[in-house]
Amino acid sequence: MVTDDMDSSRSNDTASPPLTSARRLLVIGGIVLIAAGMIFGDVFAVFVLHQNASRVGEQLTLAADSVAAQNPEAVKSHFATLGALMENRGTKVDTHVHAIDFGYLALLLALVAPYARLEERRKKFLAGLFLTGSVMLPVSVFLIHYVGLTYSPLSSIGWASITADLGGLLVIIACAGFLIGVWRHIRRAEGATRENAGANTCGDWAGRALLTGGTLLVLAGFLHGAHYAVVDLDEHEARDRATLQEIVDSSRKAQMAPGRDITDAHRSIEAYGMLQAEKAVKIAAHSHIIEFGLLAMLLAFIQHYVFLSERWKRRLVVVMLAGSIILPVFVLLELKWGLIAGGIADAGGLLVVISLIGMLAGVVRHTGKADGQREAA
Amino acid sequence: MTRARKLLLAGGLALAVWGMSYGLYYALFDEHQTLEQIGGSLAASFVSAAEGKLPEAHAALDRYAAASYEYVREVDVHSHWIGLAMLLILMGVIFDRVAFDERKSFRLAVALVTGSVVFPLGVILQTAMQGQTPRAIAVAGSALIIIALALIAVGFWRKHISGGERG
Repeated sequence: MVTDDMDSSRSNDTASPPLTSARRLLVIGGIVLIAAGMIFGDVFAVFVLHQNASRVGEQLTLAADSVAAQNPEAVKSHFATLGALMENRGTKVDTHVHAIDFGYLALLLALVAPYARLEERRKKFLAGLFLTGSVMLPVSVFLIHYVGLTYSPLSSIGWASITADLGGLLVIIACAGFLIGVWRHIRRAEGATRENAGANTCGDWAGRALLTGGTLLVLAGFLHGAHYAVVDLDEHEARDRATLQEIVDSSRKAQMAPGRDITDAHRSIEAYGMLQAEKAVKIAAHSHIIEFGLLAMLLAFIQHYVFLSERWKRRLVVVMLAGSIILPVFVLLELKWGLIAGGIADAGGLLVVISLIGMLAGVVRHTGKADGQREAA
Repeated sequence: MTRARKLLLAGGLALAVWGMSYGLYYALFDEHQTLEQIGGSLAASFVSAAEGKLPEAHAALDRYAAASYEYVREVDVHSHWIGLAMLLILMGVIFDRVAFDERKSFRLAVALVTGSVVFPLGVILQTAMQGQTPRAIAVAGSALIIIALALIAVGFWRKHISGGERG
């Protein structure tokens, strides 16, 4: 469908330095990690997040009812279920966040690799180590809820947590290796080499648009975060504590009330749910707008390696930036528009994923072409 | 490579390693205990209320609020240190596109690196110190970052209109 168009005109990849094995691993691995993390996030948002939130509300209501019924054992049971639900949610969010952030770091290391004074085989080893840890950690975190403490040698940490921490350690070692390489490059005061001369350019329209759009998104996210920290954070924490006390006091009062009327406690639980939703959407908007900005800026520097026609590259950039604005804006609007805004936000996330997969296809085509040329030579 | 770029690249990578090491330490030695304290105190509060012991219920809620306060900041520090480290590395890669002389560029890089270290530090200090000092440190750090970023954006823009991309 797009082959002719894609082949008709090429990006200026001939002007860019070669994509070495280590950088190729990091660029492709990074994009795959980001796309996988985003798809997981979208699936989680659509099929788990809202359902999980309503189950948490149900359990809290049942716990308040048990307080009114003066039944401490039932309260403990509902809180055990509540804990499991919260762990399920927390580990899914951690999986999503860590996969994406490791993808960003992989792209960053691909940009930094030309400035690391290390042998290519060492860089390739470090890239492999980094990607191994980057897969191990999110997969293990995802499994924490299901594996639990089965066969664990420790009393509170299960095997999945242990392998997650090991994955994190591998990532740290790989980053430290690149840091040593950069430090050696700096100490030797090296000038441009074949690998790093013009290694990170973003001269074409697609690159410039991504860099400009990304910078604006990051700045907007920082300002939003500063506003949240100054205006909302303390107020949310105080309201969280106060609302929980209202629930506890109303439930206690219902023990003596005729017919154990617990309407007040239920009303406070609704208010508590709204507060949690308000906190979640504001934090999600802040983190997503900055992360999409950073992603756009990072992708600006791999546009030389996206072997697609200029027209298709531009389309992918527009789709990426549109999705990067739609998702955080409509996440914020979820408080007013509910599930409609949530659906549009998810569609925004999907746009970013589509654009990423398109760029990944372009990078794979570039590496295929480079391999072909090398074999022909 | 200019001094500013060296500082941003090395500072960014070092901060990323530091932020990840903090995260690993936190996951191993603190996170589980804090989460158990949050869940345990909340459950204890409801159980005490069910037993008709309201003062104990309120005390448990206080423990819950303190543990939540600590948890939010500990997780924030981990994510902000690593996020800001990524920004520093990225700036290190593209800093030759800023249309300022060497001295101004280096000062901007120093401001950005200082802000990136100090802002999360102020956040985590809030769990150890009372009063406004840690907040003032966090606000000063974040202000440094925002001002430096805004100036860098101006520098990019000036470079763009005066000659554009030179790779």
